[in-house]
Amino acid sequence: MRAFSHNVLLTIFWMLVTESFTLANFLVGFFISFLLLLLARSLFDPTSRRYFTLAWKLPRFVALMFWEILLSSLQVARAVLSPRVRIRPGILAYPLEARSDLEITLLANLITLTPGTLSLDVSTDRRVLYVHGMFMDDPKAVMSSIHHSLEKAVLEVTR
Amino acid sequence: MLTLVYALVLGGIFFLFIAAVGVVRMPDLYNRMHATSKAATLGVGLILVAVAVFYWELSVAARALATLAFIVLTAPVAAHALGRAAYLSGVKPCEDTYIDELAGHYQKNHKLESVEVKPPASDPSE
Repeated sequence: MRAFSHNVLLTIFWMLVTESFTLANFLVGFFISFLLLLLARSLFDPTSRRYFTLAWKLPRFVALMFWEILLSSLQVARAVLSPRVRIRPGILAYPLEARSDLEITLLANLITLTPGTLSLDVSTDRRVLYVHGMFMDDPKAVMSSIHHSLEKAVLEVTR
Repeated sequence: MLTLVYALVLGGIFFLFIAAVGVVRMPDLYNRMHATSKAATLGVGLILVAVAVFYWELSVAARALATLAFIVLTAPVAAHALGRAAYLSGVKPCEDTYIDELAGHYQKNHKLESVEVKPPASDPSE
């Protein structure tokens, strides 16, 4: 977090010095100050150094999220616009590997935003997430795709 | 630049339209939520990005992106709350629903018990 506030502070300095308060200049300044901090990363303590690994993991996570939203919207569009609604809905119990509130929330959100699945509820002891699916022809495939792409991505950013 | 804005706005309208049609055409509440949570999020998101691109200013873009972030974070939460409330108050999934592993696991005190499931085996793609 400290590294991030340094980054923002340097960006503000950059914008003051270049006297231009546009979005493009903010992005340029942020990038340049990030590179500067990257050079000086050995000055930070190990916990704030996590910022530098997160800095490329987080954009990848966000990109994955938007990609999944796009795919799922297209799938919904196809299902909605086809002349006969051809779906196989079903509700699955998914065993959670994620433990903390943040991890479970992120995973549940990601599941809702990915093609064909929607998280309904988490069991009170937080071991199982109940997932509603639109195309449950192959429940095993749905489960393993959640496990191998979504949960892995979530745990990568949070742990 | 303006072409991009037009494309984004049109795409946004298209997905919002899909969400609306989905609400009408899908057979039950749970499938309707698929349409609203995914297509509507993308539709609103595309329009917000179009706003940010059109004005190309830090203040506008920051607000548009903050709105986008909140929508992406809250839409699934809303879907979850709706789905849970519907299931608890006894809205039945449609007849085509062919597995329902949730059935019977809600207890009277609104506690949801877990079931024994094995995690999926090793990655098939490896």
